[in-house]
Amino acid sequence: MADFFLLFVLTLDSTLRLATPLVLAALAGLFAERSGVIDISLEGKMLGSAFVAAATATATGSAWLGLLAGILASVALAMLHGFACITHRGNQVVSGLAINMLMAGLTVTLGNAFYGQGGQTPPLPDEARFLELVWPGAETFSRVPLLGTLYAELLSGHNILVYGAFLTVPLTWWVVYRTRFGLRLRAVGENPAAVDTAGISVTHLRYLAMLCCGVLCGIAGAYLSTAQNAAFGRDMTAGQGYIALAAMIFGKWRPVPAMLACLLFGFLDAAAARLQGVHLPLTGEIPVQLFQALPYILTVVLLAGFMGTAVAPKASGTPYIKDR
Amino acid sequence: MSETPAKLPVWVDLILIPLINLAMALAVSGLIVLAIGESPLEALDFMLTGAFGYDQALGYTLYYTTNFIFTGLAVAVAFHAGLFNIGGEGQAYIGGLGLGLVCLAFDQSLPFFLILPLAIVASAAFGAAWAFVPAYLQAYRGSHIVITTIMFNFIASALMVYLLVNVLIEPGQMSPQTRAFAASGQLPYVHEALAWIGIEVAPSPLNLSILWALVCCFLVWIFIWRTRWGYELRAVGLNAAAAGYAGISSRRMILLAMGVSGALAGFVALNELMGVQHRIMIDFTAGYGFTGIAVSLMGRNHPVGIVMASLLFGVLYQGGSELAFEVPRINRDVVVVIQGLVILFSGALAYMFTPYIEALYLRFARPSMAAE
Repeated sequence: MADFFLLFVLTLDSTLRLATPLVLAALAGLFAERSGVIDISLEGKMLGSAFVAAATATATGSAWLGLLAGILASVALAMLHGFACITHRGNQVVSGLAINMLMAGLTVTLGNAFYGQGGQTPPLPDEARFLELVWPGAETFSRVPLLGTLYAELLSGHNILVYGAFLTVPLTWWVVYRTRFGLRLRAVGENPAAVDTAGISVTHLRYLAMLCCGVLCGIAGAYLSTAQNAAFGRDMTAGQGYIALAAMIFGKWRPVPAMLACLLFGFLDAAAARLQGVHLPLTGEIPVQLFQALPYILTVVLLAGFMGTAVAPKASGTPYIKDR
Repeated sequence: MSETPAKLPVWVDLILIPLINLAMALAVSGLIVLAIGESPLEALDFMLTGAFGYDQALGYTLYYTTNFIFTGLAVAVAFHAGLFNIGGEGQAYIGGLGLGLVCLAFDQSLPFFLILPLAIVASAAFGAAWAFVPAYLQAYRGSHIVITTIMFNFIASALMVYLLVNVLIEPGQMSPQTRAFAASGQLPYVHEALAWIGIEVAPSPLNLSILWALVCCFLVWIFIWRTRWGYELRAVGLNAAAAGYAGISSRRMILLAMGVSGALAGFVALNELMGVQHRIMIDFTAGYGFTGIAVSLMGRNHPVGIVMASLLFGVLYQGGSELAFEVPRINRDVVVVIQGLVILFSGALAYMFTPYIEALYLRFARPSMAAE
């Protein structure tokens, strides 16, 4: 029983690690879509940031400078998305797709030219990474059954970005539902003409939302290459940007449910790793591909309206044209 | 939007603006090559020689072109109905499953000329079925087709990995792929076909599926511009509400457009599996479905434009491999960068330059109009 409990806690522990980039990227997507800009380029922004963060951390030996550079890269891409979709009223899906492709190619091209390792960045030393923070007394408490295990394994022992990501959730909730900016953000995604009539610039608000989106994706990308791993690797996001997008839809464009969806998807991922090759009593061995496909299947089922209704912000996807 | 846009002649809209967008994409790519520390002109030279320089290179270029014609047409048909089919990748993958099952089931018993039509039907049917589900969900349940087709790409990928690792794998082998198709399940190469009539060319993966691709271009042109279905489909794409008042069911048109689109994407398997690999493999689609979006945008959703854009991307792919071979500091992924830039400039930023071109045109080509 104690063994099983430990295994369960360890799975939850890796759930947190796996859900961290998803939470950050899902909140990033939430800011964009709440303002009326569809952003499928979460993937590309994370990838770009992961590369820039790893390259900067390699050059400077500082994880924090890496994080900063990653955020700047991601914000630059978010501004490019804004320039295409907000300023030039281009197709938001096309622009997002372009950014994803651009980053998939550019990170590997530059990585190969800089380091000559087929797109990888050199492995980072521990000083240039975000390391696990061990909470006071974790060692002593770990001997206490149940609660001690929970404290030592689940709460303690993550890097600062993991804690940061989960703190961003209440922060986002507060910004979206309790501030003036949040009220305007929600309004501009539902009815931009009304916001415009009230004398508030739709363009300005949407760019601000893209800025938030860029910052959050930047942190998510830096987490991948300088905290979860110790280098950038080719295509290292591996669809996580799209899973985050799915989680945001699954959470119906609200911060806390989106986080829960990320935790669910993270748990599926963690469970898949644990259950690989394990024969379960009732079902036999569950194929790992089923776990990989489940987030997408669940999202499709939800979108099809079989699990409550998921209604996107009304104006999302449509550029705002100011009529004179 | 107070002033009415000036009327530009057709050639400016259809040829000049796409060329300017392409030039922008290539210019930015050149800057990236420069930043890496190589000469862009030298790189361009390597690419063009690598794509056209000798007949084997040309064969490779046209082999890539074949894939892009299929996926480009797929995206274009959906575009005409106002739908963005981002799921060509998954539809091609599942189309490959259909084609592969036909070849594996009948290659011992049926001759080639019977297997070929079956394989064409199977790849189309499987591809169409994979597109049909998102289409149905869009038409009847109101879920966003972009999101569902993205999700279906990932589901297709997981499904195919599962099938290839656990079910269809060649017994006794480690790598997740099926056994090879027998000779009757293989499309002849073009160099073989030319040898029959006494013309010798160097071997390349180019196979007879390119003829089917050209036939598909013609069929799509007829379908979109010369049939009632195509008319209704375009009407829905231009204005679904108005089409509704004219008695056209936009739901049926969504299903039709996505079905045709998925079928066209499924034909990639004809070139890749029946033509070259002769077995079902992991990730044989290799991003061709996504390239189809760039091809369709560049080709302005018209079969003629799509053939030209497919050729361009064929050159980029084949020239890109050659470039990566010649210049070690540049690898093949630079092609993906160029693709991304083409989508950015000719898709998302397509009309960035239009006002300037309009102004220039009015100033130089039609001074009398500007004076009015």
